[in-house]
Amino acid sequence: MDKVSIVEGGAYPLGVKNVDTDMIIAAKWLKTISRVGLGKGAFEAMRQDPANVFDDPAHAGSPILIAGDNFGCGSSREHAAWALNDMGVKAVIAPSFSDIFSGNAFKNGILTVVLPQEAIDRLMDVAKTDPIHIDLDAQSVTTPFQDRFSFEIDPFRKTCLMGGLDEIGLTLAEADRIGAYEAKVKADRPWVSAAVA
Amino acid sequence: MTKPRTLYEKIWDAHVVERKDDGTCLIYIDRHLVHEVTSPQAFEGLRMAGRKVRRPDLTLAVPDHNLPTTARVDAQGKRIPIADAEGAEQLAALERNVAEFGVPYIGPTDEKQGIVHVIGPEQGFTLPGTTMVCGDSHTAAHGALGAIAFGIGTSEVEHVLATQTLLLKQSKTMEVRVEGTLGFGVTPKDVVLEIIGRTGTAGGTGHVIEYRGSTFRDMSIEGRLTVANMAIEGGARSGLFAPDEKTFAYLKGRPMAPKGAEWDAAVAWWKSLVTDEGAVFDKSLFIDAADIAPNVTWGTSPEDVVSITGSVPDPESFSDASKRAAAEKALEYMGLTKGQRMQDVSVEHIFIGSCTNSRIEDLRAAASVIEGRHIAGSIKQALVVPGSGLVKRQAEAEGLDRIFTEAGFEWREPGCSACLGMNPDKVPSGERCASTSNRNFMGRQGPGARTHLVSPVMAAAAAVTGHLADVRELMSR
Ligand code: SF4
Repeated sequence: MDKVSIVEGGAYPLGVKNVDTDMIIAAKWLKTISRVGLGKGAFEAMRQDPANVFDDPAHAGSPILIAGDNFGCGSSREHAAWALNDMGVKAVIAPSFSDIFSGNAFKNGILTVVLPQEAIDRLMDVAKTDPIHIDLDAQSVTTPFQDRFSFEIDPFRKTCLMGGLDEIGLTLAEADRIGAYEAKVKADRPWVSAAVA
Repeated sequence: MTKPRTLYEKIWDAHVVERKDDGTCLIYIDRHLVHEVTSPQAFEGLRMAGRKVRRPDLTLAVPDHNLPTTARVDAQGKRIPIADAEGAEQLAALERNVAEFGVPYIGPTDEKQGIVHVIGPEQGFTLPGTTMVCGDSHTAAHGALGAIAFGIGTSEVEHVLATQTLLLKQSKTMEVRVEGTLGFGVTPKDVVLEIIGRTGTAGGTGHVIEYRGSTFRDMSIEGRLTVANMAIEGGARSGLFAPDEKTFAYLKGRPMAPKGAEWDAAVAWWKSLVTDEGAVFDKSLFIDAADIAPNVTWGTSPEDVVSITGSVPDPESFSDASKRAAAEKALEYMGLTKGQRMQDVSVEHIFIGSCTNSRIEDLRAAASVIEGRHIAGSIKQALVVPGSGLVKRQAEAEGLDRIFTEAGFEWREPGCSACLGMNPDKVPSGERCASTSNRNFMGRQGPGARTHLVSPVMAAAAAVTGHLADVRELMSR
């Protein structure tokens, strides 16, 4: 995974609440066996509207997306995160995210920044004309106008993102503990330790 | 004295492999269901890193999402390939992957094939007190049997395949208590729609729900599966029911359920899986069963719920500005006007199926309304898609297929079908469907499709009348 520390540049001022995963990437795009190439299907339905932010030359190619409450609700499809990645979005700022989406984003090195609605309103305004700066180490979002908003992030996720760590590799290093747990379950609850004989 | 714990906390504690300083836990995963859509990139990741599947024996793969629901074998008994090239490639990738990594597999022509969330309980793969995952958000369904079950993304699928664990933070707990007897014509689907209508789609975010109260105690396992299935639509990653005698009776004798002395030991442990007296939930919601009527959705979010006797809301009635804007958009998309009576909304499509409502009880309930009637002339397509081959066989043994087909329904092969626009079963743009599935998002059943979520009996009522209708007026008490 690539290391993440600063995300800086333009932002799509989307602002919409409850952006579900079907809106981010519709089901017909899920028939892929690859992680790349989904950017062209991202926000397909919204892009039917000629006034959409994604095709607006003022915003196209932005690394940041600003949205309303409950971003990424709906399905578990990681294709939503892959689609964002493929279109170059490295961070999403919203008042809240669905649990599954924020996990998927994190696994793909996309920052999910939670800020209160007032901050979102201000950033939506700034994003119309100016860039936004996100500093993961400092846990802050700043603008060229001296705005500064702090955000919280899970320390483990922060370490993984900043170090570009491979989570599976980290867990595999704990194989002994996992084996010990399995042995204990086999003794205590033998019926769970083999499903498909 | 130990601190009183909730059911969720008890199962969680039994699965902690390691607790890190910041509270993150390495959690052991007992059961992993795999399907064709969210797994190819995970297996690819393993292959690239030279990793194996740690516990193929705790993993079960089945294709469901993009399989067409038309015949799977020709007259000679030969498998019919998927016409859509990408769909066919995804299925082929799954079959290559399960063979290469030694994962148990139920193929498209196997009678046991079905929607992942239908076959898990049906095979006894799902057990109380286990942790269970699948790359699909409706994995929450398995919580009906008392499992912590939740949907994961593909990177997590890869993590579970490689390590049989996940790094997780413990969720908060939310109690949803419903007390009393459900009214005539009111089903588990109406209960869960009622819950989501009240909490909103983000009301459960960060929480695991435990369904409590007499309504849920009296509910069948299949009804509980319907309720837990939609926990995610209220934002909760899982929904749990404490296992009880109904659970044990349901599981006993299932192919993958424990047998003999192990069964007895399992039941003894399962009986301890109840929330202790005095345990505290972070959030609570209480609903009186008497307040629940047959429900329908009017908008493009599962929280847009209204009773069938109600009407399309006025967007101005929402105090929150963004909710107002969303409602206006939803009405435009749905082609509805404020104040319109829900019962006056005509539909052209009926879909009875999906992991929410495709089990035998659902089909029996719908058939009881259909029997002796015919679908309305204005209905263009009415589909019944059993959740698994075994459900299909059982329904056929009971003659339900004939009731449906004589009424003008199409009787299909098991799969996800028109629940999501990924296989040939879709609702055309601008047309309207009364659907027993779980999501009414824009474009969910196909680009431009308009979805009204309903129970199986309400879908049946819409089929025979040609509009959303109050099933109570069609049923004899
Ligand atoms: S039936 Fe629908 S919700 Fe259920 S697993 Fe299939 S696509 Fe997902």
